[in-house]
Amino acid sequence: MNFAFSDEQEELRRIIRQFLEAKSPSSEVRRLMETTEGYDSAVWSQMAEQLGLQSLTIPEEYGGQGYSFVELGIALEEMGRVLLCAPYFSTVVLATNAILNAGNDAEKKALLPGIAAGETIAALAFTEPNGKWDAAGITLEATNKGGEWVLDGTKSFVIDGHTANLIVVVARVAGTSNTDGIALFTVAGDAAGLTRTPLATMDQTRKQAKLDFAGVKATPLGEPGQGFAAFSKTLDQAAVALANEMIGGAQCVLDMSVEYAKVRVQFGRPIGSFQAIKHKCADMLLEVESGKSAAYYAAWCAAEDNDELPVVAALAKAYISDAYFHCAAENIQIHGGIGFTWEHDAHLYFKRAKSSEIYLGDATYHRELLAQRIGI
Amino acid sequence: MDFHDSPAEAAFRAEVRGWLADHLTAEYAALGGVGGEADETGWDVRREWERLLGAHGWVGLSWPKDHGGRAASFAEQVIFQEEYARANAPARVSFFGEGLFAPTLIQFGTDEQKRRYLPKIQSVDELWCQGFSEPNAGSDLANVQTRAVLDGDEWVINGQKVWTTLAHRADWCFVVTRTVEGSQGHKGLSFLLVDMHQPGIEIRPLRQMTGSAEFNEVFFDGARTPADHVLGPVGEGWSVAMATLGFERGTAFLSRQLAFQREMQDLIDAAQKNGAARDPLLRNKLAGHYVGVKIMQYNGQRMLTQMSRTGAVGPEASIGKLYWSTWHRAFGETAVQVLGTDGLTIRNDAPYELDALHLTFMGSRAETIYAGASEIQRNIIGERVLGLPREPR
Ligand SMILES: Cc1cc2nc3c(=O)[nH]c(=O)nc-3n(C[C@H](O)[C@H](O)[C@H](O)COP(=O)(O)OP(=O)(O)OC[C@H]3O[C@@H](n4cnc5c(N)ncnc54)[C@H](O)[C@@H]3O)c2cc1C
Repeated sequence: MNFAFSDEQEELRRIIRQFLEAKSPSSEVRRLMETTEGYDSAVWSQMAEQLGLQSLTIPEEYGGQGYSFVELGIALEEMGRVLLCAPYFSTVVLATNAILNAGNDAEKKALLPGIAAGETIAALAFTEPNGKWDAAGITLEATNKGGEWVLDGTKSFVIDGHTANLIVVVARVAGTSNTDGIALFTVAGDAAGLTRTPLATMDQTRKQAKLDFAGVKATPLGEPGQGFAAFSKTLDQAAVALANEMIGGAQCVLDMSVEYAKVRVQFGRPIGSFQAIKHKCADMLLEVESGKSAAYYAAWCAAEDNDELPVVAALAKAYISDAYFHCAAENIQIHGGIGFTWEHDAHLYFKRAKSSEIYLGDATYHRELLAQRIGI
Repeated sequence: MDFHDSPAEAAFRAEVRGWLADHLTAEYAALGGVGGEADETGWDVRREWERLLGAHGWVGLSWPKDHGGRAASFAEQVIFQEEYARANAPARVSFFGEGLFAPTLIQFGTDEQKRRYLPKIQSVDELWCQGFSEPNAGSDLANVQTRAVLDGDEWVINGQKVWTTLAHRADWCFVVTRTVEGSQGHKGLSFLLVDMHQPGIEIRPLRQMTGSAEFNEVFFDGARTPADHVLGPVGEGWSVAMATLGFERGTAFLSRQLAFQREMQDLIDAAQKNGAARDPLLRNKLAGHYVGVKIMQYNGQRMLTQMSRTGAVGPEASIGKLYWSTWHRAFGETAVQVLGTDGLTIRNDAPYELDALHLTFMGSRAETIYAGASEIQRNIIGERVLGLPREPR
């Protein structure tokens, strides 16, 4: 048993951190969050060319480096720490895993090398205006018209859906319900009949779009109608990935709080010497450390692709959803008035914490999922 | 990162599992999961069981080989405890001796002291109790007032300890005393080892909210112990006591925490049986506790890897102590909620006797108080882990 990162993994973290500190300081985050695209294409290219971040977990036969989910977790944790504005989660976590899980060899060969090279920005369109996170919420219909698949319906809350040039769509074969008939397709971002509307997001650091499909011709990814297992696994992997990203943000707000508590003086003492503040920080540390244990363990399970993944994914997302939001909220309180300003970064993390908490289902949702999965 | 056993670990696990399967039978197996560090249910049988463990070298696993131990690594200790919990073996009686005193003795004792005390702990012939707290020295342990003065080649001890768990079962007590006349705070204290079977010691039971009386007041009225029964240098008992507290927050409750997973499953089973598991809010709570108990395990594994590298438990141990005690307390509250109206009644009201879930519900209130109250753990985490400024005192 060994629950620690290897020296190589620590080195990877160091390199990514160094890169992100240079490329994604708060000033850049603030610049990009005001744009519709929400990312810097030059930095995106550098991520691929200098660090190979987009190709990290893609198998070598599809142009990637074949690293495991543990390394992906490290990258995401570092991105979450600086609130990197880039279509990484959508492309590398959501779309890539959906393709890996659902696609056949030819499809992977066609789709993945572009992602690995940083040329393709991809999104996974699965949620709909009904706001459900599971297969039951999928109503967008796929119809086979004379050997050609056509999509009709609406997807919403699609992360980076407006900037992606490749969209993986989770649809259902007309006339099916629930977990039956789930079908994955790919369409080009500029496909005929597809209308993309950027949404005004509460968390401006992560962009979303509504996608209206009106008779959009689509290419199957895997066998249409047999997509549930692949979709479900993608959701579990995404929960693990998001948990790892979130814990990076949680560590950052803890650091901000502790730093401030040491230097801010009231009543002639640093506020961190007051137990009311000190104990908040202690509780935050407990949550951050516990969240890391859960996130890293879950990443390992995803890397091993073992039977524990569905349980651990729900567990990690449940715990870290609450923990990150709690820490981000306490961070504002510990900063007092300055923590409520637009100028201070506290609100950026607060909003990211909330959007991440809601995304893929909040803690209550994941605890219910867990209850079902462990047989309560 | 790898959660599989190494070949050596797997072999060790198989050995433990095999031994337990062969020996945990009949009356021992019947006491499965029964009792706690401070729960005397099935005491005599549990003590017999522990003697059997000791005779086969399963007590004092981590001790050096020349003191009868197996020099087990942290990982092996965890494996042993995991298997012990999985086999649902009885809770151990020698918590204070094996869990707290022995590691302190190994760190601070002379060779002669180790040869004197360790074998009797391993054979479970001598049980220990912890004489730290006093009426005016709880969280503020440095305020100890119990005094000891040298009279020829013996210490003479006067004063009072309180909350001394299982003092009435103990043969020996490790006592923090003030040995330097007029000293204050953590200076001038000594860590004395005192025979409990003597006229100068009086033990008065204190009844707990659980109805039973596992803890006691202990009065020292001219109690005596030989001059060399001091652990560590005279006057420097504070650092010895701090080491004991380190073990108490670090490894001592490992078996306890591992037993929580079984408690969790028992509660889920109970909730399924009485239908509480169908209530969406209770389901959610139960799942939340499940999240908590699994994360406790992962936290433990991370801490263990850390300890294997640095060889020691740092102030981070406070995170673990705060975590498990808080988790168990909330779990206990849910347990009674799951019981519903059955929670209104207990096994027996004269004498006041609790079933397992009520015992968890009540007993867990102590866990956020002893071994350093949660508020103290938060101070330690804030000051010694996060580096926040101390409170002005
Ligand atoms: C079941 C049980 C078994 C025990 N067994 C033993 C034993 O075997 N041997 C032994 O020596 N002791 C034992 N203890 C005693 C235990 O160690 C003390 O109860 C504990 O240290 C707290 O001390 P106290 O009870 O005097 O409470 P106090 O120290 O008076 O604390 C009361 C409250 O004030 C808070 N408080 C105190 N100081 C601070 C501070 N600086 N900042 C913030 N809050 C503070 C505490 O957190 C607590 O909430 C046992 C206790 C229990 C409940």
